[in-house]
This record gives sequence, C-alpha cells and structure tokens, in this order.
Amino acid sequence: MSEARFEISAGFLPLLDSALLVAAREKGFAAAEGIELTLLRETSWANIRDRLAVGHFQVAHMLAPMPIACNLGLTPLAANTVVPMALGLGGNAVTVSNALWHDMAGHGASDDLSPRAVGEALRAVVAARARSNASPLRLGVVHPHSGHNYELRYWLAACGIDPDRDVEIVILPPPLMADALGSGALDGFCAGEPWNTAAVLLGHGRIATVKAKIWRSSPEKVLGADARWGEANAEALSALLRAIHHAAQWCAEPANHAELAGIMSAPAYVGRPAGWMLPALSGHLGTAVDSLVDVDDFFVPQAKAATFPWKSHALWFYSQMVRWGQVEHSAANAAIARDTYRPDLYRTALKPLGAALPGANAKVEGALPVPTPVGSAGASLVLGPDGFFDGGLFDPDDLDGYIAAQRNVAG
Amino acid sequence: MIRGLLLCHGRHCIFALHNDGRRAKKKSMKTAALRVLVIDENRIRASIIEAGLREAGHEDVTLVHDVSGIGRRIAEINPDVIVIDLENPNRDMLENMFQLSRAVKRPIAMFVDRSDSASIEAAVDAGVSAYVVDGLKRERVKPILDMAVSRFNAFSRLARELEEARSELEDRKVIDRAKGILMKSRGISETEAYALMRKAAMNQNRKLSEIAQSLVTAAGLLGDDA
Repeated sequence: MSEARFEISAGFLPLLDSALLVAAREKGFAAAEGIELTLLRETSWANIRDRLAVGHFQVAHMLAPMPIACNLGLTPLAANTVVPMALGLGGNAVTVSNALWHDMAGHGASDDLSPRAVGEALRAVVAARARSNASPLRLGVVHPHSGHNYELRYWLAACGIDPDRDVEIVILPPPLMADALGSGALDGFCAGEPWNTAAVLLGHGRIATVKAKIWRSSPEKVLGADARWGEANAEALSALLRAIHHAAQWCAEPANHAELAGIMSAPAYVGRPAGWMLPALSGHLGTAVDSLVDVDDFFVPQAKAATFPWKSHALWFYSQMVRWGQVEHSAANAAIARDTYRPDLYRTALKPLGAALPGANAKVEGALPVPTPVGSAGASLVLGPDGFFDGGLFDPDDLDGYIAAQRNVAG
Repeated sequence: MIRGLLLCHGRHCIFALHNDGRRAKKKSMKTAALRVLVIDENRIRASIIEAGLREAGHEDVTLVHDVSGIGRRIAEINPDVIVIDLENPNRDMLENMFQLSRAVKRPIAMFVDRSDSASIEAAVDAGVSAYVVDGLKRERVKPILDMAVSRFNAFSRLARELEEARSELEDRKVIDRAKGILMKSRGISETEAYALMRKAAMNQNRKLSEIAQSLVTAAGLLGDDA
C-alpha cells in the first residue's frame, strides 16, 4: 500500500447512506488516492457539527440542509461549512405504527406507497381524531434541519395537513425511532434506512410512503467540509472527492450489494444485521411483514449525478427553512444558502476522471417527467425523473415567487 | 428564560442555568443566582459537576438523569444555563426544544461564546457542551463552562484510572492461575513458576499477563485446567 499523503477524519451517523464514505475506506478507494481516512461514528448531528467546528473532523456525513443552517447562523455552534459533494439521492421513508396504519387503511390508504392516497387517508385520521378530541398524532424526524423534516412537512401540507397545528413533530435520533414506535411514544416517523426496515421487521410499524415518491431523485445526505480546511487543503479534498466518486460507483453496482450490506452491518458502522441494509440497496422494500413493494430509485448512490451538489437543492432546502419559520427570507440569506453548495470543487476534483459533469450548477427541480439526457462534460449524463408528487416545480431563478406561493399554501 | 445551555459529549450530562431577572444578592460578589440545569445520565459525573457548582457559589442547581419528559422539566426549572454531555444521543432533540421558544418560554441555543474558540474546543474535547439563555454576560457563564470542562476531564481521568486498575486486577488473577498451572504440571514452586513466565515474557517481548493468558488458554484447550 502506498504511503498516505493525506490524513482525513470524517464523522458519520449509523445510517445506510454513510455507505459512500464507508466504502471509500473499506474498499480501498481512499487509500488508492493516498488518503488515510478515519471514520468516527457519532451519536447526534449536533456532535457532528461541533466536532467539525473544533477540527476533530475535516469532513462529515451530514444532513443536506445542515451546512446551510450552520452558515446561516441557525445553530448554536458551527464552522463555515461547504458542500463539495452529495452522498446520493433518496433513501428515506415514512413509517407509521400498526395502530395508525389500521386507522389509515380504514380511510382508504393504499399499500402502494402513493403519497397522495396515503396522505389523504392520514388527513382523514387526523380530522377524525380532532373531532373526538384525541391528542394530535406525534411524528418523529431526526433533526429540524433535515430532508426528513422538510419532505414530511411538504407531504403533509400538500395533503391538507398543517404540520404545525394538526400534528406534533418531534426530534429523535434515528436508531431510537423503531422502539419509540413500538412503545407508542410515536405514531409515525420519517427517517433514513435501515431504521424503517427495522421498525417493520421488529413488527412495530408499516412503511406508508417513501421519499422517492414524495420527491423522486431528491437530495438527502451530503459531504460537509470545514471550509477553512478545504481551502488550505484543496488537494486532499479533491482526492477525497475522487475516492468517494469511485466508492459511489462501487456501491451502485448490484453485484456488490450483498458485500456492502455486510460491511455496513459491522459494529463500527451501522451495527445491525446485513439483511436490514438490503431493501434500501435493492429497492425491494418490505413495507410490512406480508408486503413487498418495488420502489424505483429508492436510494441512488451514483446514477443521475447523484453526488453532484446542485445549487437548486441548496435553494430548495432554504425555501423550506423560510416556509417553516426557521429563517427570514432575504437576498443575503439566499446567497449564503446558494454559496454553501460548491459544484466548482466537485468539477475540479472529478474532471481528470472523465466523470459525467453536469453543465449547469442548478436545475428546475421537478421538471423532468422521464429520464432525460442533459448537457454534460465527460461521460454522458441522464437525469430524472425527478418529480414532486403534487406536480410542483421549483425554479431556483424564481425563488421569491416560490417562497411567496408556499406562504399562501402553508396557511 | 433560558439563554444558554451547556452540552456535554462524554457520558451524559446536561445542565442549564436560569436567569429570570431576579438576581438574588449573594454574599459572594462574583455570583448572582444563576439557575443551572445539569443533564447527565451518569449520576456520578453529574454529582461531581453539581459539587463544583455549589463550591463556586451556585446554589440553584438541578440534576436531571433521564431526558424523558425533559421539555416539561425545563419549563418548570426555567434554567439560565444548561450543561449536557456530548454522548447524549438526544442533543438534537434538546437543541430543537431550546430553539422553540414556545417550549421553554425563552430562546436559548447560543453556545457560550462563539468567538471564544479555545473554550469551545476545550469543551468539545472534554465532551461537554453548554447552552445559555440570551443576554447572559459571558463573564458570568465562562467560569461555569470552565469548571464543567475541568470536572469532565477529571472524571474521564478517574474513569480511565479505574479501568486501568480493573484490568490490572484481571491481569493479576490470570497470572495467578497460570502460575498454578505451571506449579502443578511441572512440579515447581510459585517463585520458579513466576520466574519462568517472566523469562518467557522478556524473551518474546510480551507482557507478563499476555504470556499468562496464553498459558491459561492453552491449558484450557488441552483440558489440563478447567
């Protein structure tokens, strides 16, 4: 093995979508780039943020909106954080307790994960509970600045459920979700894998819908990098992005899924059975003990520019922070969000590999109903489909218009 | 009316201080009555922090070991400062709660002092974090954070020493067993058995306890010593 030229420590949470970082280390892609990559499992996103801020980590597996929240000053402590790469698309699901599913089924919830049909059944349950003065349903997400929180709220609002008034949304670490569902502390949750599969296999709940159907090919985790470190160590950062790029290709290959599931199940990573990892990788989702649903693009590690840090993704997350009252909209704040994602760093690192590099930095989200070849440098590139389930479009050039329109809907 | 909160990163501790404007006059000039909440599932460490706070003249200290129902507790206690350990997996939940003013009546969630990076680093290194209610002066909070950091470090040192002592005891036990095996199988004295193992350890550049462990394991495998 060649001598390591760079030493990089990365924090991560025990989630399947840390796979790209794990594979970069375990399959030798980091070593091949001259990186000694140390992976440190953490217990909370707050720890990831704090340890990045004080330099224990140079980079980390992060919720895609988190670096934006850090740079906007919405968090107690934060280093200036940049996003030079995403760590795949999709990967989340909404899981409800058996009791809630029973009620929803009574109101016509379908078992095909359709966000519309399932959401309308949920709205009927919410309304019925309100009429009978039952306590509002309690739904868990992993962090206020998370794809989970925003996609859950987007879905609820689009189905006529006010996420702030009609239900209670609470924060819980992902590994505790399944047990909380089983104990009745939660009625449902939106989290990454393998924690939905865990709830199903433990008999605590049922997967009601998935991120890939609420907003297909949508962003979830990213590589957050300490901006100062990245600037001073541009070569190391580029080498890491190349290593993760190769890891993403390896993770995407179905022939490698069994091995990847085995690696992820190790105690140092997710520390749960390999069988829990496979549904997310294959898209054959066990939604209940007796129900299997095939989901297209459930988790996309590499295809469709899945690791490209689109500025339109950053701006959509920003629009949701505004929508739910986490930040005031201003041109300056929008610029902070936009500048957090750094496709320029991605291109610099991957250009020498001839990888497919999108020609644009942003795109209209939800605009592609079918797979569509797009302008790219290097290898050819197909994007989409990428639709929101309600047919919504997000045009990053009309951020103000989008924010104004959702204000009317959010009520 | 929490303006700040100190969070810990090691085992589990949270502690919060309160400042509701009613600044009780203390005999000691340096401390007005800050309400401090320490959240730590590790009771021993929480007590160590509490003792430190009381020594520093903070009498309004509450310890919480279990985060279930913490929202209600925080509303009741209304702390000025919260100290929590960084190992607590519920930090994200707690931070979110601090940011929702309706849950705690007043916003917290500002780390002690962003500009004081040395303090922040020392805290994260030690595994502790703090949140403070808005408007508390750093001079009032800094000593609390510093105290928590030093007590956290002292606790870690103690825990490490305890672990070392425990493993030393284990080593001694296995060495005694190995000696017994040698005495029986070779018909030698205890001193001779010990000398034999020490020589083997020196020759192989291994620890005495490792030699003893392999002896015990081998004897177990061969059925010489149950």
